[in-house]
Amino acid sequence: MKVTRRDLLAGAAGAVVLGQTTRAQTQTPVDPTKVRGKPTSAMGQRARAEKVQRLVRGNISSTPHQDLMGIITPSDLHFERHHGGVPEIDPANYSLLIHGLVDRPMVFSLADLKRFPSVSRIHFLECSGNLGRVAGPETTPGLLAGLTSTSEWSGVPLATLLKEVGVQPKGTWLLAEGSDAAVLTRSVPMAKALDDALIAYGQNGEAIRPEQGYPARLFLPGWEGNASVKWLRRIEVSDAPFMTREETSKYTEPFADGTARMFSFQMDARSLITYPAFPNTLERGWVEIKGIAWTGAGRIRRVEVSTNGGATWAAAQLQEPVLSMAHTRFRHLWNWTGGEAVIMSRAVDETGYVQPTRAELLKLRGPGTAIYHMNPITGWVVQATGRVIYKEEAWG
Amino acid sequence: MGLTHTHVISAATTWLVVTVAGAVGVAQAPPRFGFGRPATPQEIAAIDIDVMPDGRGLPAGRGTAAEGAVIYAVKCAQCHGKTGKEGPNDILVGREPRIGFPFAQNPKLPHTIGNYWPYATTVFDYVRRAMPPTAPGSLTDDEVYALTAFLLNANELIPANAVMDRTTLAGVAMPARQYFVPESRPTPRKPRP
Repeated sequence: MKVTRRDLLAGAAGAVVLGQTTRAQTQTPVDPTKVRGKPTSAMGQRARAEKVQRLVRGNISSTPHQDLMGIITPSDLHFERHHGGVPEIDPANYSLLIHGLVDRPMVFSLADLKRFPSVSRIHFLECSGNLGRVAGPETTPGLLAGLTSTSEWSGVPLATLLKEVGVQPKGTWLLAEGSDAAVLTRSVPMAKALDDALIAYGQNGEAIRPEQGYPARLFLPGWEGNASVKWLRRIEVSDAPFMTREETSKYTEPFADGTARMFSFQMDARSLITYPAFPNTLERGWVEIKGIAWTGAGRIRRVEVSTNGGATWAAAQLQEPVLSMAHTRFRHLWNWTGGEAVIMSRAVDETGYVQPTRAELLKLRGPGTAIYHMNPITGWVVQATGRVIYKEEAWG
Repeated sequence: MGLTHTHVISAATTWLVVTVAGAVGVAQAPPRFGFGRPATPQEIAAIDIDVMPDGRGLPAGRGTAAEGAVIYAVKCAQCHGKTGKEGPNDILVGREPRIGFPFAQNPKLPHTIGNYWPYATTVFDYVRRAMPPTAPGSLTDDEVYALTAFLLNANELIPANAVMDRTTLAGVAMPARQYFVPESRPTPRKPRP
């Protein structure tokens, strides 16, 4: 047998203790109590065995929900969607211009933004097109619905800045513009801007990540992610929407009645079982079914789980605190005694809205519209062998 | 109306809360903080590039479909196809199916400028800010007018000799406009207090 360097190191690790800290740092010791551990470090790292990653597909990367716990998405696993790449912006040169129908057009540096009274809020962000369109049995939760993530966002309420510039009575809409290569623009109603919109510069306790809009972005809680313009450089107050490409030719939903809906900002209630799911394999006995639920309408009131393909439903346990417009973790104990089973979840939000079935959505929306604002109940098939696969459903 | 017992109690409670809050010194936000600096007209004009459906924001300049065809062939055709119908990126040209708006029924129907875009001004706005991806924002206003004219003419929305400028562009009628409706999902859309 050929002896590799790895074999030699593994064999030596147990026998040699002193003077081998360098070696111990690069190879996992057989007995960690017999090797001095690593010194302190300026920047922490994930455990070597943890290989968690976003799923990258073109200009999209998805959060791997199957690998996560709780409700906070680690910032480096927050989903990405951008239309002109991730720009590199020098925070010292960053500025936000607010002009249009205002009394005092103003420019704010990043330092200016940070001088204003700040708030921190935990909210989900979700891409309007968060449903894996072509999804075979080997679809993971991240592939199926990985374009949603939850962070604690810190920043200044947009209302504070609008008060600073003095919005004129005719100012009913505003344009938000990014400084990426797409110079992406969306129109936002003034009512939302004054209600709970943030100019966010913090994410999970540190500066917002470049992929999420560094150094500052618009954040509209509960609304489709595209409207929360990243790398925000300009806000123009106006008396009408601007009808940008992203709110006309894209991010609109054709309906079966021959119309197309525009400015459909709010994300509706949805739930997703993250375990068990593909690629898990179950053993008989007790299983804790786990997942997340969220709604742009406020709080999740209830999540129901079925382990028999929707024939009967039981209330899942919700992890407190249940926050408004944030991922909510649910759990449900299930004793799998063998045999094929289909597990599903459905969310009910505080307005009483019930997450629809795919058939209900397609009846209203038609197969040609199935890109944006699709939030159907989805399921996983536990096969008799214990293998778990995505429950495929036909489009139309 | 005389004061009831409840009124007296609630008035007293309010007074008490105010007093306690005052005692611990809760700070009140000023009308304005005075952070930031006034924007100059020049710096606003330098990045105020948006165009509205009624033509507000359109710059000086002009262009025709013939002029646009030359630019399109060099800077656009490699991604959108020789005639705008071939791809591989977004298909820009095509009026089919001409009757109705059956996008919900047919997933394969491309969303072109001619059959789906509701406003002609959006073409100018988007091309000027984001195209071509290899050199975004590099086109002159005349080039953007010319490309807009080329795309509108290819979609049979304006005659071949039409000049697109800040007065004519907003007047181009878009067939899809009539099919767009604003948000109509039932209320309440906000959490109840």
